[in-house]
Amino acid sequence: MASEGGHGPQTSGEYIAHHLQNLQVCKSETGEWIWNHCAGNPMAINVDSMFWSVFLGLLFIWLFGRVAKKATSGVPGKTQIVVEMIVDFVDSSVKDTFHGKSRLIAPLGLTIFVWVFFMNLMDLVPVDWIPMLSMAIGIDYMKVVPTTDVNVTFGMSLAVFVLIIVYTTKYKGPLGLIKDLTLHPIAPPTKGLGLLAAPFVIAFNFILESVALLAKPVSLSLRLFGNMFAGELIFILIALLGIWQLPLHFGWAVFHVLIVTLQAFIFMMLTIVYLSLASETH
Amino acid sequence: MDINLTLIGQTIAMIVFVWFCMKFIWPPIMTAIEERQKQIAEGLAAAEKGEENLAKARAEADEIVADARQQATSILDQAHARANEIVAEGKSDGVKERERQLAAAKAEIEQETNKAREELRGQVSAIAIASAEKILKREIDDKAHEDILGKLAQEL
Repeated sequence: MASEGGHGPQTSGEYIAHHLQNLQVCKSETGEWIWNHCAGNPMAINVDSMFWSVFLGLLFIWLFGRVAKKATSGVPGKTQIVVEMIVDFVDSSVKDTFHGKSRLIAPLGLTIFVWVFFMNLMDLVPVDWIPMLSMAIGIDYMKVVPTTDVNVTFGMSLAVFVLIIVYTTKYKGPLGLIKDLTLHPIAPPTKGLGLLAAPFVIAFNFILESVALLAKPVSLSLRLFGNMFAGELIFILIALLGIWQLPLHFGWAVFHVLIVTLQAFIFMMLTIVYLSLASETH
Repeated sequence: MDINLTLIGQTIAMIVFVWFCMKFIWPPIMTAIEERQKQIAEGLAAAEKGEENLAKARAEADEIVADARQQATSILDQAHARANEIVAEGKSDGVKERERQLAAAKAEIEQETNKAREELRGQVSAIAIASAEKILKREIDDKAHEDILGKLAQEL
């Protein structure tokens, strides 16, 4: 396994680095499109992450859309039953947590859950299959698990962050958003000499609450990224072991099935929790 | 590991997928689920009602059968009683008839006996008279045999 690829003998370090390299494209200073030499360029795009995430998103859309189109209230087909079980599971999770009325949150939870699950599931494809295949057709780098790319997880949590702001504003008004950020957790004094201390209290609250607010998307994305990246790295390390990788790989894969599902569920659940916190008046 | 434009691309992709899911996937599936829930609830209610009706019908049928059984028993009893009555009647009729016939036969027999006796008496008297005439013709001695003749006539 360590000598995989068309570049002659590889050290373990090179093998690992190769597996952790995204297929990137960016524009050079002269305006040309260049591949894979984009380190540090903020305008680069990780083509493999985008491809696989969109591909898996479309898979989700196709699978569920097909069922939705033919959805019958009579005797359902087997696919419909599976889809309905997932939908019902997400729906009950949302109903348990989010008490307001929203047409967005349940579909959002469903999309996140299934999409992230699919992306995580790519981790169970043996680590060399797709990279070797793509190398055979001339693509040097191919990272197949989108959720091991911090951009992907951050992209999703960014959308969630925007939704948190939108929901807070929608349910509490712009003033409510500002109040949320400044009047908690310590209520500023409103009369007497304490009034002098109020600006400091407000500043302190603001710093605390801003950090808390910003920590939500950061922790949301880094949790998923960290779990999946570490899992992928261990798969790669196991792949270096020669014949001994077989039992180890099996064991880790079995364990990883749990992580894959759990992380998808946690991402969905926390999104719902954050949004329900945003829409609840204290 | 660098943050780059992929971040924005992913956000856009997510918004599109969520929008699509919200517009075209969630509502029809949810509608189907809720409709089926309703149907199942209705079906269960109907089944329960049917069961109730069945139980009611069964109780009714049981009642009818019990009634019928009772009627049958009473009819049977009546029939038995009537049969016994008829048999008893027949028996007493038979006894009466036999007695009647017996009495008739006895009466006839007695009549016949009496008749025969009278006849016999007549004949014996005639014979006695004839023999007496003959005796008288031979020895006309009325006075000598008067006591014998008298005794004879008395004995007959």
